[in-house]
Amino acid sequence: MASEGGLSIDPMHQFQIVPLFGEGPLHWYTPTNQTLWLAVTVLAVIGVLVLGSTRRAIIPGRLQSMGEVFYSFVHSMVEDVTGHEGAKFFPYIMVLFTFIVTANLMGLIPGAFASTSHIAVTATLALAVFLTVTLVGLYKKGIGFLAMFWVTSAPLALRPILALIEVISYFVRPVSHSIRLGGNMMAGHAVMKVFAGFAGVMGIGSIVPIAAIAAIYGLELLVAVVQAYVFAILTCVYLRDAVGEAHH
Amino acid sequence: MTGDLVQFALMGKYIGAGLATMGLGGAGIGVGIVAGNFLSGALRNPSAAPGQTANLFVGIAFAEALGIFSFLIALLLMFAV
Repeated sequence: MASEGGLSIDPMHQFQIVPLFGEGPLHWYTPTNQTLWLAVTVLAVIGVLVLGSTRRAIIPGRLQSMGEVFYSFVHSMVEDVTGHEGAKFFPYIMVLFTFIVTANLMGLIPGAFASTSHIAVTATLALAVFLTVTLVGLYKKGIGFLAMFWVTSAPLALRPILALIEVISYFVRPVSHSIRLGGNMMAGHAVMKVFAGFAGVMGIGSIVPIAAIAAIYGLELLVAVVQAYVFAILTCVYLRDAVGEAHH
Repeated sequence: MTGDLVQFALMGKYIGAGLATMGLGGAGIGVGIVAGNFLSGALRNPSAAPGQTANLFVGIAFAEALGIFSFLIALLLMFAV
């Protein structure tokens, strides 16, 4: 594509999933760049948290303070948003946040594969959140969980319409939850590749797109952390619907 | 003749995908309103601002969600239709 034009770089090429060893069709067991970077992410998270928590020094070293910052940040977020009752879901939110933030930042390493830019990864995470919230809500509140669709503060005539809207918005939650993360990651990486394509054809003027790439890279570092935070805090908000008191 | 029709359909697909991305402008307006109002509120009462950052991000996320649907339509047009 676009071989005769000025743009010789296909910005979507970086998201291609290819097998690690040789060519050939992809099976579910084929090790690909996707599985490699997911594994690297998981090992990095485990490494930081396990190595950081084995020493347990009074004066924390680098790894330990990193683990402590992660822990206290996520813990205060869960307690603030879901309340005391939801704090027992802290391990789940911790896993989600640390995994997503590490995967996002790993994807920004030049040459690395951005695993969270794939909807398949983020949709799996979002569907797991959706199922957890639904099952926990039905288990905790029984049929009373459905009361969150029946907005009692609204006039009676409006309630059926609002109930319909609430049901629809409940079921599109996993869609927006997953595409927000995947789309942000994919768009950022594609924008950087597009600017890299400009840099290749502009000669001495390519200093402008290169400076732009540096600026966008800084923005992407921010986006990587913010999107992981948004994913985790939205999970907390959804869990509050399931375990907390009705707030409508 | 059929080749022309295929090209024509492809053109419609790309134009449609491009039009669908315009919905993200609305998401940009929404996020800007949320962040701007947060900032004006935070400058009036700076001591209350740190406790509201979670609400800020949730509001931004909900405003962004509707723009994401237009992005989804663009993706569907590009890769699924």
